Amino acid sequence: MARDLTASYGPRPIWAHGTFAMPSGSFTAILGPNGAGKSTLIRLILGQLTPAGGRLEVLGEPPHRGNPNIGYVPQGSTFDPELSIRGRDFVGLGVDGHRWGVRLDGRVKVAADVTASLEAVGAIDYADRPLGSLSGGEQQRLLLAQALVGSPRLLVMDEPLSHLDLRNQIAIVQLIAEVARARGLTVLLIAHDVNLLLPHVDLVLYIAHGRLAIGKPSEIISSERLTEIYSSPVEVLTDSRGRVFVVGLEEEVSHPHA
Amino acid sequence: MRELAILLTVSNTSPSLSWNLIDDLASLFHYEFMIHAFEAGTIVAIVAGAIGYFVVLRASAFAAHALSHIGFAGATGAVVLGVSPVFGLLAFTLASGVTIGALGSRLRGRDVTIGIVLAWTLGLGVLFISLYRGYATEAYALLFGEILGISATDVAITLVAGIVTVAALIAIYRPLLFSSVDEDLASAKGVPVTALSIAFMAILAVAVTEAVQVVGVLLIFALIVTPAATAVRFTSRPSIAILTGIALALLFTWLGLAIAYYSPHPVSFFITSLAFFTYLGVRLSEPLRSRLGRRSAISAAVG
Repeated sequence: MARDLTASYGPRPIWAHGTFAMPSGSFTAILGPNGAGKSTLIRLILGQLTPAGGRLEVLGEPPHRGNPNIGYVPQGSTFDPELSIRGRDFVGLGVDGHRWGVRLDGRVKVAADVTASLEAVGAIDYADRPLGSLSGGEQQRLLLAQALVGSPRLLVMDEPLSHLDLRNQIAIVQLIAEVARARGLTVLLIAHDVNLLLPHVDLVLYIAHGRLAIGKPSEIISSERLTEIYSSPVEVLTDSRGRVFVVGLEEEVSHPHA
Repeated sequence: MRELAILLTVSNTSPSLSWNLIDDLASLFHYEFMIHAFEAGTIVAIVAGAIGYFVVLRASAFAAHALSHIGFAGATGAVVLGVSPVFGLLAFTLASGVTIGALGSRLRGRDVTIGIVLAWTLGLGVLFISLYRGYATEAYALLFGEILGISATDVAITLVAGIVTVAALIAIYRPLLFSSVDEDLASAKGVPVTALSIAFMAILAVAVTEAVQVVGVLLIFALIVTPAATAVRFTSRPSIAILTGIALALLFTWLGLAIAYYSPHPVSFFITSLAFFTYLGVRLSEPLRSRLGRRSAISAAVG
């Protein structure tokens, strides 16, 4: 998927020489400290940013904006509490919101696609309520419904768990994994805490200190690999229930665990 | 309306209410200035109600307010130069609208920047008024509206501008709605969000220029923001919210004109009061309504 990929904003390189591939139907967690360039990678994949060097292919073609094969859930998506638009209308915008004019033809088809997508994520009960009045978990489900509505092949999610409580985080991860398996979707998901994802992810892409590393979770989240990536001693501890804790990154800003 | 006025030429020409509703309506349309006022008011209400939905959705009420105030400097400047104030108004609102649109919603402290520019342009307006000798009436009309002084030519210009703004809104409806709800997402889907933001502010500038004729720069909120803000409290369906906003703007304008005709007080006062008390009533009745039934039942009744 990517060979010797380098990302930069202007003259400042974010990370360089990234070579990785995600097989079709795989679930990849993108991890790393804040500001390491996780969202930058997503912007490259969405075609919102051009690579400063190297090659990138998304679903077998160069990245381009508005790729209908990509479903996207942006970062920090909690809606203004005053936002008075139905979840159903929002998901409908995922179908044809990029088209000019008003929706004249294909209303029935759009409505059916929207309902199917809402049912797939279990959001049908509150699809007619204003978006702003919904809870974080409900909003996240609608964002997912919006991402799924065009029957994409790749699902890209930028921190879909960050505004949720633990119960909702678990539910959303489970939902994403189920939908992805049922539809054969390739998933790229930025997260802060890998533990919730461990039962589901095939690959971990770790971005830190200008470098990228990809591999199975057990390969990447190991004391040796993280020490190598950070160029400073890092230790990965596993507790009796299989949860991992990364120690030694206390000086890394606001990044308590991998 | 014009036919009605011509057909029903009534003897009772003094604007006083009788108990005969037909007579009252006929007398309302007896004078040409009232017909022009209703025509222009109707066009402006439709445009304002429609664009108001997006102003509320994009939380750019302050930008809309600022546009009209910045336009004031342009209008007074035009008067000093001996040009029609509409041209100055349009030039200034367009220029500032495009600038605000280009700044985008991401820029932090945008409201502070707008406020600073707004204060300065109001100062400019004051200077221009002092430079123009016969200042009072012209400035007063700009600030508070002059719907009863609208000529047939003004109505024609308003109609053309109204058609252009509504057509432009329809043309960019879906992507504008998308980028108003979630700019990041719309951008990823290939929507040109910055270009849309500029286009929207340009359309708003034209709408503001139209609305100034009716309610003036100071009272623009009553027609552009209040009807839409009231509508979204009833329904969260975009199309129905827009239609409700238009209906409310029309109601405020028509009723305001009718009441003002039979009273010595200005039209703008009645339009703004109707808008304000409707919004107040809707907000105050919300706890009651939510107890009585769910939102869907209410929106069904309204829509």
